[in-house]
Amino acid sequence: MLASGILGISQSIFERLYHENIGAVVTKSISVKPMKGYPNPTVIPLGGGSYLNAVGLSNPGVDAFSRELSHNKIIPIFISLVGSSEKDFSKMVKAFDALNILGYEINLSCPHVSKMGMEVGDDPEAVNKIVKTVRMNTNKPISVKVGVGSIDVVELARVAVDAGADIITAINTLRAMSIDIETMMPILSNRIGGLSGNAIKPIGIRCVYEISKKLEVPVIGCGGVSSWKDVVEYMIAGASAVQIGSVLGSRGPGIFNQITTGLKKYVEKKQLKNIGEIIGISHKY
Amino acid sequence: MEFHTSINKRRIVRIEETVSETPTVKTLVFKDDLSYTAKPGQFLMIWIPRIEEIPMSVMINSKEGYAAVTIRKSGIGSTALFERKKGDFIGLRGPYGNEFNLRKNYKKILIIGGGTGLVPLLRLASYASKKKLKITTVLGARTKKEVFFENIARKLTEPGDSPVKICTDDGSYGIKGTTVDVMSNLVRNNTFDCVYTCGPELMMKGVVEIANKNSIPVQASLERYMKCGIGICGSCCLDSSLVCQDGTVFNGKQLSKILDFGISYRDKDGQKICYN
Repeated sequence: MLASGILGISQSIFERLYHENIGAVVTKSISVKPMKGYPNPTVIPLGGGSYLNAVGLSNPGVDAFSRELSHNKIIPIFISLVGSSEKDFSKMVKAFDALNILGYEINLSCPHVSKMGMEVGDDPEAVNKIVKTVRMNTNKPISVKVGVGSIDVVELARVAVDAGADIITAINTLRAMSIDIETMMPILSNRIGGLSGNAIKPIGIRCVYEISKKLEVPVIGCGGVSSWKDVVEYMIAGASAVQIGSVLGSRGPGIFNQITTGLKKYVEKKQLKNIGEIIGISHKY
Repeated sequence: MEFHTSINKRRIVRIEETVSETPTVKTLVFKDDLSYTAKPGQFLMIWIPRIEEIPMSVMINSKEGYAAVTIRKSGIGSTALFERKKGDFIGLRGPYGNEFNLRKNYKKILIIGGGTGLVPLLRLASYASKKKLKITTVLGARTKKEVFFENIARKLTEPGDSPVKICTDDGSYGIKGTTVDVMSNLVRNNTFDCVYTCGPELMMKGVVEIANKNSIPVQASLERYMKCGIGICGSCCLDSSLVCQDGTVFNGKQLSKILDFGISYRDKDGQKICYN
């Protein structure tokens, strides 16, 4: 699956990715009103396959995005939702629910925008209310995207599941910073952003392992996946599906096909009936 | 597709020289090996610390190891960059993107540029003149005081019987008319192996249409708002193509299929905005 925040605003791009053998796409997080995000620099390649970003949840808003997806027929799309109140979420789900989409991913973990994302995700009562609101307004699957904030990730996932979430996506980026030593200035315009890519993979693996061990719902792994081997590791940790994002910055959209090919070979080599057999297999050790 | 990673490393460079091209256009010269060897059509992400980061095509410079950017003052980022002086520092990463393709069998090419769109075309002209190609350059502007790079273009191309034609919309300098008008006349009486263009998108749309109609190969370098420059953010999409990764150069065949070309671009929030 395509992770949220990457290439996620254009139906034409979704169609291109679909032809690259993608399982599903998650859109950029959509809010009620359009958001311009922060000034650049918003994305920094750090080297070693890691990235820092504070895009600031730029998105075209619910009305323009409903029009963007209005002709979707075949692409399995999860719309990522971000907001600060129950009202925001109910408004968006009402607008999107008649579209031909697979479901929703609630972003409760963006680490760099105030009153949204993680600031909501760090408040269990708010999480409970928002997930319940979305649940009341749709029969489609709901995933809740959790991150590493001030609350234990398993506890946060449990609150979301108790409130009606069908799936947990783990994890979002981690709060991080980069400073240029020549100018002595923070590089991101927002100063602080979220770390993604190779650097966070072991944290993602740990979160998926813990969540999938304690909760019954499917978990989608996310964070630092750059090859089929990382997908396999996430699945062994307990992920039923895996999202990729940052790696597109070094490998381009062809990465989806490369991963699918790698997985097929792994299935043959390990003589599995299907790749699903390895989900959570590490739990027994 | 795999991308070189050293280009992602942010370099902080000192502005060694500034050249005022017009009251609103300025060239900033700096030393950077990766930019010096940039291919025509590639771009840099230029960091103006604590203000902006903007994609800029790489201007040529005569000194080895040096390169430049040419800015037209318009938004916050370009105005801040325009106001940088000799001795100031800017950051850069890149060069990113593909390049204009000069086929081995090409002998006679037509270059059509408007405003700062000439930047990648002059880099192309310098490659092409080294290969002894015959180059016809059309340089367009609205009015006389907005004409720049005329001398560089003449110096680069004219020795090999390669004319530089200037045109202005109001006729205050050179031929009266648009670059598209001049091109229409040129293709009627000459044969060209390829047309290369960069400038305002509606101008490029006109150039591509004429080239396609006359079955002349054409390549255009496009510009879009970008956040990342490396295929992550999606801000620079035209239909399903990304200007940063699949471009900046697209050929006539590709462009004839891209519905957004000359019609619309994405704003900072990702909404489609129509030209005009």
